[in-house]
Amino acid sequence: MANVVFNEPLCKGCALCVSVCPKKIVSLSKRSNEKGYFVAEVKDMSLCIGCAACALMCPDVVIEVSR
Amino acid sequence: MSERILMKGNEAVAEAAVRGGCRYFFGYPITPQNEIPEYMSKRLPEVGGAFIQAESEVSAINMVYGAAGAGGRAMTSSSSPGISLKQEGISYIAGAELPCVIVNMVRSGPGLGGILPSQGDYFQSVKGGGHGDYRMLVYGPASIQEAVDITYKAFEKAEKYRIPVMILGDGVLGQMMEPVVLPEMTDIASIPVKEWATDGTKSGKDRRIINSLYIEADVLEGMNNKFAALYERMKAETACETYLADDAEIILTAFGITARIAKSAVDILRESGVKAGLIRPITLYPFPSDIYAQYAAKKTVKQFITLELNLGQMVEDVRLAVNGAKPVDFYGRSGGNIMSPEETVQQVLKKIK
Amino acid sequence: MQKVFQKSALLTDTPFHYCPGCTHGISHRITAEALEELGGKQGIIGVAPVGCAVFAYNYFNCDIQQAAHGRAPAVASGIKRVCPDKIVFAYQGDGDLASIGMAETVHAAARGENITIIFINNAIYGMTGGQMAPTTLIGQKSTTSQGGRTAALQGNPIRICEMLATLDGASYIARVSLHDLKSVVAAKKAVKKAFDYQVAGKGFSLVEILSTCPTNWGMTPENSMEYVKNEMTKVYPLGVFKEV
Repeated sequence: MANVVFNEPLCKGCALCVSVCPKKIVSLSKRSNEKGYFVAEVKDMSLCIGCAACALMCPDVVIEVSR
Repeated sequence: MSERILMKGNEAVAEAAVRGGCRYFFGYPITPQNEIPEYMSKRLPEVGGAFIQAESEVSAINMVYGAAGAGGRAMTSSSSPGISLKQEGISYIAGAELPCVIVNMVRSGPGLGGILPSQGDYFQSVKGGGHGDYRMLVYGPASIQEAVDITYKAFEKAEKYRIPVMILGDGVLGQMMEPVVLPEMTDIASIPVKEWATDGTKSGKDRRIINSLYIEADVLEGMNNKFAALYERMKAETACETYLADDAEIILTAFGITARIAKSAVDILRESGVKAGLIRPITLYPFPSDIYAQYAAKKTVKQFITLELNLGQMVEDVRLAVNGAKPVDFYGRSGGNIMSPEETVQQVLKKIK
Repeated sequence: MQKVFQKSALLTDTPFHYCPGCTHGISHRITAEALEELGGKQGIIGVAPVGCAVFAYNYFNCDIQQAAHGRAPAVASGIKRVCPDKIVFAYQGDGDLASIGMAETVHAAARGENITIIFINNAIYGMTGGQMAPTTLIGQKSTTSQGGRTAALQGNPIRICEMLATLDGASYIARVSLHDLKSVVAAKKAVKKAFDYQVAGKGFSLVEILSTCPTNWGMTPENSMEYVKNEMTKVYPLGVFKEV
C-alpha cells in the first residue's frame, strides 16, 4: 500500500518524475494546471511501491509520498 | 571625563568608533588611512569585537553589509580610490536600510592620483556615489576633536535612520596630531536591540530578510518614496558653524580642513579692514542650505567665496542655496596642494567685486 | 500509512520561480533538508546571490540576506563574525561564485571562514539569458559563445573544487551531481556533511552541485540530465577534493 499526492498547481510538467519511476507508472496527464503545464499523475496507484524516487527528483517539491 | 591626550587623526577616529560601540571593522590598506585598520586590528579583539583585513575594498564593504545586517555595529574606512570601489556596496547598504559608518580620508585624484590631501570626493559623497536614488548622512569634520565627537555618535545616527553615515576627512585630518578628549566607552548592552536584524534567532513567519531587490515598479517606487521622506527627516541633523558672519560683507565658506585656513584668512581680512566672515557646513548632506539662504538675504552680505581643495564641487551646492541672490565665487587648489591663509586672502581680495 | 516524503519545514510555501526541470529546486530541497537534520537548535542565516537564485530568500525558511553579485562569501563572513554560533551558508551560482565573486570565494576559503557554500554549477548564466559562464564547457554554445566555447577565443573552464582544495583554510570540498536518483541522494549527504563540518567548527566548506539549465541549454529536462552525466562530469569529475 503506497500513495503519492501531486500538488498539481505547483507542477511544471518537467517529467523528471516520469523518468525516474522504477515502476514506470508516472506519466504526464492531458490536464493542464493554471500555469498551463500538463501535470504529472499516477493512473494506477495500486502499482506504487512508495519508493519516493519521483519526490526526490521533483525540482518543485510537488509530490508527497505515503507508505 | 578623560584627560586631553595627543593623538593622530586616524587613530583618534578609530578609538572614538570603538567607544561609540563599533565592534566589527573590515578594511583594506590604502594611504593615508592605514592607521585606522591597523589600530582596529589590535583594539577590536580587546573589546570582544572582530577585525578582518579583506581581500579588497569591495569585499570589505560587503562584510560590513553582512555584519550590519546581523545587527553588529560595523565600520569600514578607506581613501578615495578605495571608496570608489566600495560604492556598489554602499548603494546596497542604503537600499537594504542597514546602518554603518564609513570613513573616507580623502586623497587627491582622479585615478590613482596622489596620496596628498584633497576634497575631491565631495560630489561622490553627497550626491550618491553609487547607483540609484540614495543619500548618506555626510559629515565634514575640521579638527580631530570634531572627528572624534562625530564618529562617537555616528553609529547612533546610522541606527536612528538605518542609513550609512560617511565621515569625509582628508589626508591632513588623518595624518596630523592634535590634543583630544576621548568620550566614555559606550555600554554595548545599552544599545537597543535591532528588531530587523538577521541574527538567526527567528524562523518561520518571524524570520527576517535583508534585501534591496524590488521587482515590481510600484513597490520599488514606494521604497524610494520612503527613502525620500527619510532624507527629509534627516534634515534635523543639519549642522553648521558660522564665524564672524553676523556683520560680514564677504562670506567665505569652506568645509573640513579648508575651513580652518578660511578662518585664519577671515582674521587677516578683518585686521586689514575687510568685513569677512565664514560659514562652515559640518554636515555636507544634509547641506545647510537654509543658513546660506538667510545670509544671502541679508543686505550687508555682498558676496560669497567658496574655498575647496578641488576644482569646485561644494560651490555648486552653495550656488543652489544662494539661488542667485548674491554672487558666489570660488577658489580651489588640487593635486594635494593646500592654500595658505595669505594666499587665500590675496585671492579673496582679487575676487571682491 | 505514514508519510515517507514531505516538504522540509525549512522551505516556505512560496512556489519556486525556476524554469521547468531546473535543478535549483532539487538543490534547495536537499539544502533545506540537510539544515533541518542539524536539529534546528542553532539558528540559521542564509545569503542569497545574484543570478537565478536571487529570490532564494523567498524559499528558505530562515533569516536571509540578499547579497550583491559575487559578494555572498564576504557578506557571510561579516555575518559569521557577529553570529559565530549560528549556521551561516551562502547559495551561489557559477557566474556569481566563479566569475565576479572569485576573489571573495578564494579568500573566504583561505581565511578558513567557518561557513558553508552551496555552489550551483550549470555552466551558464541563466537569469540573464544564457551567456557564457566561467564554467561553460569547451564546445558548449551560449549567447556569447554562439559557435561553441573555444579555449583560444574564450579561455578555459574553471574547476573550483580542485582549486579551493589547495587552500589550507578549506575543510570540506566536494563536487556532486543531480543527474539521477543515486546522485541526488549522494548530493544531499555531501551537503549535510558540509554543514556538519561547520557545526564542528572545522572551517570553510563548499559543495559544488552540477546542475542543469534546460531553458538556456535548449534541451528537455531529461536530456539535460544526460548532458550532465555524459559531458559535464568529464570536465568536472565528482568526488571529495578535501576532507580534514
